[in-house]
Amino acid sequence: MMRRLPLSLLLLAGSLAAQVTPDRLLNADKEPQNWLNYSGGFMSQRYSPLTQITPANIKNLELQWVFQARSLEKFEATPLVVDGIMYTVQAPNDVVALDPVTGRVFWTYSYAPSPLSRPCCGRVNRGVAIIGDTLFMGTIDAHIVAIDAKNGRPLWNTEVAKPEAGYAITHAPLVIKDKVIVGTAGGEFGIRGFIAAYDVRTGKEAWRFYTIPGPGEPGHETWSGDSWKTGGASVWMTGSYDPALNLTYWGIGNAGPDYNGDKRIGDNLYSSSVVALDADTGKLKWYYQFSPHDEFDYDAVQVPVLADITWQGQPRKVMLWANRNGFFYVLDRATGKFLLGKPFVEVNWADGFDEVGRPKRVPGKVPTPEGTVIFPGNQGGTNWYSPSFSPHTGLFYIPSWVNYSSVYIKAEQEFEEGQRFVGTSPRSSIGGLGGARVNTRKEDEGYGAVRAIDPMTGDRKWEFKMNDVTDAGVLTTASDLLFSGGREGYFYALDARNGELLWKAAVGGSVASGPMSYAVNGRQYVAISAGNSLFVYALKQ
Amino acid sequence: MRVAGFSIFVLAAGQLLAQHTYTPADIQEGGRLFRANCVLCHGPEGDQVPGIDLGHGRFRQTYSDSALVKIIQKGIPGTSMPPHNLQDFQAEIVIAYLRSIATSGRAVSGNGDIARGKTLFEGKGGCTQCHRVGMNGSRVGPDLSDIGALRRTVEIERSLLEPNEEVLPQNRYYRAVTKQGETITGRLLNIDTFTVQLLDSKERLVSLQRSNLRESGFLAESPMPSYRDKLTSQELADVVTYLSSLKGI
Repeated sequence: MMRRLPLSLLLLAGSLAAQVTPDRLLNADKEPQNWLNYSGGFMSQRYSPLTQITPANIKNLELQWVFQARSLEKFEATPLVVDGIMYTVQAPNDVVALDPVTGRVFWTYSYAPSPLSRPCCGRVNRGVAIIGDTLFMGTIDAHIVAIDAKNGRPLWNTEVAKPEAGYAITHAPLVIKDKVIVGTAGGEFGIRGFIAAYDVRTGKEAWRFYTIPGPGEPGHETWSGDSWKTGGASVWMTGSYDPALNLTYWGIGNAGPDYNGDKRIGDNLYSSSVVALDADTGKLKWYYQFSPHDEFDYDAVQVPVLADITWQGQPRKVMLWANRNGFFYVLDRATGKFLLGKPFVEVNWADGFDEVGRPKRVPGKVPTPEGTVIFPGNQGGTNWYSPSFSPHTGLFYIPSWVNYSSVYIKAEQEFEEGQRFVGTSPRSSIGGLGGARVNTRKEDEGYGAVRAIDPMTGDRKWEFKMNDVTDAGVLTTASDLLFSGGREGYFYALDARNGELLWKAAVGGSVASGPMSYAVNGRQYVAISAGNSLFVYALKQ
Repeated sequence: MRVAGFSIFVLAAGQLLAQHTYTPADIQEGGRLFRANCVLCHGPEGDQVPGIDLGHGRFRQTYSDSALVKIIQKGIPGTSMPPHNLQDFQAEIVIAYLRSIATSGRAVSGNGDIARGKTLFEGKGGCTQCHRVGMNGSRVGPDLSDIGALRRTVEIERSLLEPNEEVLPQNRYYRAVTKQGETITGRLLNIDTFTVQLLDSKERLVSLQRSNLRESGFLAESPMPSYRDKLTSQELADVVTYLSSLKGI
């Protein structure tokens, strides 16, 4: 897997022995005790090879420590664990280094975001990235900051975009070789989204890919008039990377204004798409658009999950994707070829695909001034919450919103920089991201679930139903455990083979993050952020 | 591929907003927000401030829909109308709720007497077996101590005549049968994947493990009986008048 690297990078690696080299990031699966990037590896499977905790002994799982954040924001970060040190983010933008055995804090780096920052949906952050001894954090005022992992000292700080125009960064960056890559949130503010790579040593921009093509670029014709200038297409979840193809994959957010496409006639590329970019240059290799001309806020911001599977008798490098639009997809990740698309929840806006994978729209299922009921609703059949693929079970696990719809209402809206630019708001019987302490809804009003899908067919193998909906990611392990949570404030483990509940703990706050696992001195731990705190569990000794 | 459960969506007509479709849940939530934020000054009918009748779109001057949303959010400087911490859609569903007032009318059966109504409430009506006013009565049903400040007179009358017409989510009744055969019925306070919290018929706060339940679910019918044939029209008017007079502490 070791690729030829630039001399400067070899020097970097050589001078930082025992640090996180590019080679270590490429081979993260060889050191399962660590969790080296947001999704646990470039394939983004959120799968841990650790096997100490098993279905047989999980009843002995017990709380080891709790880190209470000094923040009332949602705790959406997935921590990294690198050689016995944990790094996480206390919202909005404080990086914290912790002892992963005791939870004691080594240092805290507090970044003060500009008061002009205006993230749409919470002053949140989902984690950091690392290379060498340097951590990287995107900030809600659209900066990227490099921090010394030993002492929390800032090393450089680069403005990625202007926060007063609505730009923000909420996802964990992705480091590939000598570059750190981020995308820009702000799709509700009429931004023009982009993904950019920065030199890990200097913070200097290396390349930039606009998620909305400019004049003269292919795809520009999919935006009428000047709508491309304010079309959104934000990026707010971490991408993936295939080193053999040298392609990095990123999910792109919805077009803006979200619920009224009248002034952005066309498919609106590359909104609601996945793009495959050359990791060295940022050049587009291929794209696939899940929701052409989206008017339902169907961001394709899900983590691109890469898997090497046997597809119709042949080994194939694929990408697995459960989209906010309610469909589960299998794509060829070398070419972007559409292989399979099937609903994993109730869908009424499309009823199938043509031969190249374009969804067949159902007539009349568009936002109207009077309102139109659309399944799935505004928060999607799933959303940003990480799914998981277990190579051991061969199943793909999706945090799902089942039987969930919204009424989409169309309204006119003029663009004003820095102001929300969405075209009214859909209504739903289920509340937004805040969650509720008390729930008296009926099941037929929609519910949350973890759904296990066979990627070969898109068929559902099992479902674990929750009474309330979920904003929690999924972790699977090589011992066929599945960890997740939900709004009700439980953190639980299922048998990944059949969905049977094996263990649960009440964490007292909504789980709006993805679980991860690590080991220190031969002992396996499982971590979950919930409410305003980070909880860590291990087997009773 | 199914589209279920939305035949009850309503297209509310009115003059306050452009015509939008709101779910009953939207309007219910708008009513909740109205009661939480507005009734203290505007009253349950929205007509308590002189010259203003929110339920019928009568203001001291003409406002556009978006201007109304801004007024709810930012208040009116120099007046007693304060700002409110509501999102756009929350302000919009408050207006949608007010619009529903306009379509549901205000007429009730007749003029009643508060004192007679109180006597009926505590006596013949048997209302205190389930409901509480002040320090008297049961907590099993909704506490009515401030019902007159929260609910419109027409809504109170409707609840007495057609108790299944509107049951607020927090007032729904739940029935659980344990594996040991015990049946527990009460007002659902909270439910999650693993547990249920009820106020049972003996006013006990009960928390049940769902894994220990043989069957469970919402009651299809409200335990509240209809008083259509239990009270004369004058008695009904007396009870409605009494309840409308209850403004809490």
